[in-house]
Amino acid sequence: MRLELKQTRIADVVVITVSGRVDHANAEQFRTLLWPLLASCAASRDRLVLELSGLEYISSAGLRVLMLASRDVKARDGTLVVCALQPIVREIFEISRFNIVFRVLPDRAAALAELRVAAPAGA
Amino acid sequence: MRVRFWGTRGSLPVALTAPQVKDKVVRALLGAAGRKLDTEAKIREYVDGLDFTTAGTFGGHSPCVQLELDTDDYLVCDMGSGLRPFGHAALRQRAGRPGTYHILVSHSHWDHIMGFPFFTPAYIPGNRVRIYGCHGNLEEAIRRQQEPPSFPVTLSVLRGSIEFVPLTPGKTHEVAGCRVTPKIQHHSGDSYGYRIERNGKSVVYTTDTEHKMDDYAQTQAFVEFFRDADLVIFDSMYSLADAMSVKEDWGHSSNVIGVELCQLAGAKKLCLFHHEPVFDDEKLAAILEETRRFEQITREGHAVEVISAYDGLELAL
Repeated sequence: MRLELKQTRIADVVVITVSGRVDHANAEQFRTLLWPLLASCAASRDRLVLELSGLEYISSAGLRVLMLASRDVKARDGTLVVCALQPIVREIFEISRFNIVFRVLPDRAAALAELRVAAPAGA
Repeated sequence: MRVRFWGTRGSLPVALTAPQVKDKVVRALLGAAGRKLDTEAKIREYVDGLDFTTAGTFGGHSPCVQLELDTDDYLVCDMGSGLRPFGHAALRQRAGRPGTYHILVSHSHWDHIMGFPFFTPAYIPGNRVRIYGCHGNLEEAIRRQQEPPSFPVTLSVLRGSIEFVPLTPGKTHEVAGCRVTPKIQHHSGDSYGYRIERNGKSVVYTTDTEHKMDDYAQTQAFVEFFRDADLVIFDSMYSLADAMSVKEDWGHSSNVIGVELCQLAGAKKLCLFHHEPVFDDEKLAAILEETRRFEQITREGHAVEVISAYDGLELAL
């Protein structure tokens, strides 16, 4: 499955959905796709949700990209949470201890609630 | 080829405390309740069936790994505190016959050289100790740790023959009848991993190394270094998250990266090594189980057997 990132705005929260696989061979592509989306919401200190329901696998190189993204957002006083992890990705987060580094929510509604934004119908 | 682990702990040696030993005894006795263990044979059979954290321990010596060859010479990686029991075992085995000891040194941080002042064979005339490494200051580091005020016996007092043999990274050398190829690794002051090959078997000893997995070229270089290895002895000191955040650039790696590199390289067996000294047996056993699970859920065809090193572990390749 091709790696794909999409961006949606809900109030002042940006939801970035990630689908496909991120391994050591395409981690750099993941970073290349993600960074412009981070930059686009940098100016207004947007809060970010990374929705990973379509992410089938992420390698350490991909997790490194997430770590750098988190640092980037924090450096701008922003907030980044992740949500909707598939079971395999959830296990990868737990074994690598990334579940401690990131605030991990079960789904988009929970992530938006965490950021105190009411999810629109169908979100 | 057999591989014997004399020291598997990173940074500094540790030992079980009396309360920890007592806890193990209590757990074993609780499990024995209601069993008729009235002979030593029955007791031993029962103990053999206990889990490792109850009946054993990962141990606490700092790094020293012996590769037992089909020759009269000895080959070990690193001179941590595990070198002391290795030396005593070798002397017992030789029963007075002089021996030649080849020692590959990853780097000269204390935990990797602290065993040498207590390496008894080096004190005995007739023994030959050849210390190999890629650092230009290796001899200076070994001499310095045995000079006052750090230690009362200088290197010049040792009656064995002590030789320092420089190795070149990326070049294959012959050491103790093995093909040995060093590789530079990311660690403070640099460290070197060793790929050791003999009679169609290959062992990669790679400790005190941090991997930046988003550096594609570096990752591929390590994949080639590990390629089809029978055994990869791997620095898995930290969790991946720690290695990438609060402990970034501390020069160590994680279980997750060990699995990924072995999967990419087609290595047969991954041995977790250089254990964090603050981790107890239960924590290290849990990490091993998690690592096996990670290998299982991320496997694509090739399976990597995952084990965890402990002092006293012996592997036949």
